[in-house]
Amino acid sequence: MTLSTDIEALPQPVETTTEAALPRASRPVPIAVISTITVVAIIGLWGLASAYALVSPVFLPSPRQVVIALYNLVVTGFVDSTLAEHVGASLYRIFGALIASILIGIPAGIAIGTSRVGRGILDPIVEFLRPLPPLAYLPLVIIWVGIGEASKITVIALSMLPSIILSTSAGVRGVSKDHVNAARSLGASKRQVLTEVVLPSAVPSILTGIRIALGAGWTTLVAAELVAATSGIGFMIQSAAQFLVTDIVIAGIIVIALIAILLEFIARLIERRLVPWASHR
Amino acid sequence: MSILTFRNVSLRYPPRAGRGGAAEKLVLDGINLQVASDELVAIIGRSGSGKTSLLNLAAGFLEPTSGSITVDGVPIKGPNADRAVVFQDDALYPWLDARDNIALPFKLKGVPLAERREKAQQLLERVGLADAGDRRIWELSGGMRQRVGIARALAAEPRFLLLDEPLGALDALTRTRMQAFLLRIKAESGAGALLITHSIEEALLLGTRVVVLSPNPGRLTAEIEAGFNAEVLNGTPVATVKASPLFKRMHAGLNGLIQSTTDEELAA
Repeated sequence: MTLSTDIEALPQPVETTTEAALPRASRPVPIAVISTITVVAIIGLWGLASAYALVSPVFLPSPRQVVIALYNLVVTGFVDSTLAEHVGASLYRIFGALIASILIGIPAGIAIGTSRVGRGILDPIVEFLRPLPPLAYLPLVIIWVGIGEASKITVIALSMLPSIILSTSAGVRGVSKDHVNAARSLGASKRQVLTEVVLPSAVPSILTGIRIALGAGWTTLVAAELVAATSGIGFMIQSAAQFLVTDIVIAGIIVIALIAILLEFIARLIERRLVPWASHR
Repeated sequence: MSILTFRNVSLRYPPRAGRGGAAEKLVLDGINLQVASDELVAIIGRSGSGKTSLLNLAAGFLEPTSGSITVDGVPIKGPNADRAVVFQDDALYPWLDARDNIALPFKLKGVPLAERREKAQQLLERVGLADAGDRRIWELSGGMRQRVGIARALAAEPRFLLLDEPLGALDALTRTRMQAFLLRIKAESGAGALLITHSIEEALLLGTRVVVLSPNPGRLTAEIEAGFNAEVLNGTPVATVKASPLFKRMHAGLNGLIQSTTDEELAA
């Protein structure tokens, strides 16, 4: 499977006529193979560029050096912490922020989706927050909350909130009218309609919102750590850059990308497990 | 014995805002109708005659502009388990399996988990789906879904079943089988039923009475007694009932009545 789009899930055109006459002659190369070739080619070009010293090793260390740096990061670490500790600090922040934004975002989304008053109150706040780059309010948050963990978690949570709120309200508003009416005619109270029908039917949309929020939060996290932190993967890169330890910078970037892909992968797995019915509506 | 009564019910949709105040629309006009527990009243009319509005009024999803709707003399206040609806496109919940869909009305009443699952299982058996309880909704055929939808409505222990073209989306073979099934289930439940359909044949076959709704605005223009449902309940094959001269004559008569209200072709 790939993480880009689910285009492979779509029915592929079936070749009918020449298939039997020309076995596998005209079969297209799988996209995964093309992608793999691309990745190998980029690493190969990178290796060549550094082997022939086309770029100074200070700016572009060889792939070998980066792998060694990665190994050292895991074993001995950099700026007082091992890679696991840096990653741990970052993950702690992002999951702390995720929990906070879920606790605030889902009720807020329900309020927007179900009540005119709720929508009137919360819409302008969300619409103000949504287009703001999180780093724009980071200085203000530091002034208000201080330089510690709280400020980073606050900023990350703020960057996650809009997508969770909007996806929740969209999910709540998208509930089928027949589904609601069915419950009412079966004896459901207003509250039961919300808990038994509206919320379950909004779950796929909420999960999608959480997945998008994780992506946004990860971006914000690394940026926030570049500015103000004493641990974390972003801080590690920033420190390494100050000493021109380029191999660690590149190793850190790769780690950030891998974790982002992993988070996305886990989120999709959870979606598929939790709401198998979402694709059958 | 319960009686659902429409007395002089009219329904008007207000002029739509923002459309230059398009005139308000009279959808239903002066509807008088009674449905008793031992009846299945079939309403037929072409699309746009307001038959779904009429059912939505009975369910309490809509409020009449004037007139009153009562159950045993008590005005209805919104939707209630008294009047459970079966929808054309089933409206089952895909996040629940078949059994939990049926168990929902019990859950709404606060019946404990084990007990409501057991009751749901009994209903599954009643509708001939004893082994399908664990199936997800999308794993069921159209006919099976409607059986689950009917079982779910029965779980609400309603005094009236409101059937909104429940067999409309089924293929002809399944539909014939489901017609006999629906009659049997309705008779066993002791609930009265209001059936909305666009099929004259189905209305004649299932209804103790058939009522014709003519459009613009929706008015009840004809009412006939039909006794064919008793024959079907006694085990006469549906095909035999439909082949009888009386059935054909009544079918033609109803067809003429409806054609006179509309130029649109009504499928048999």
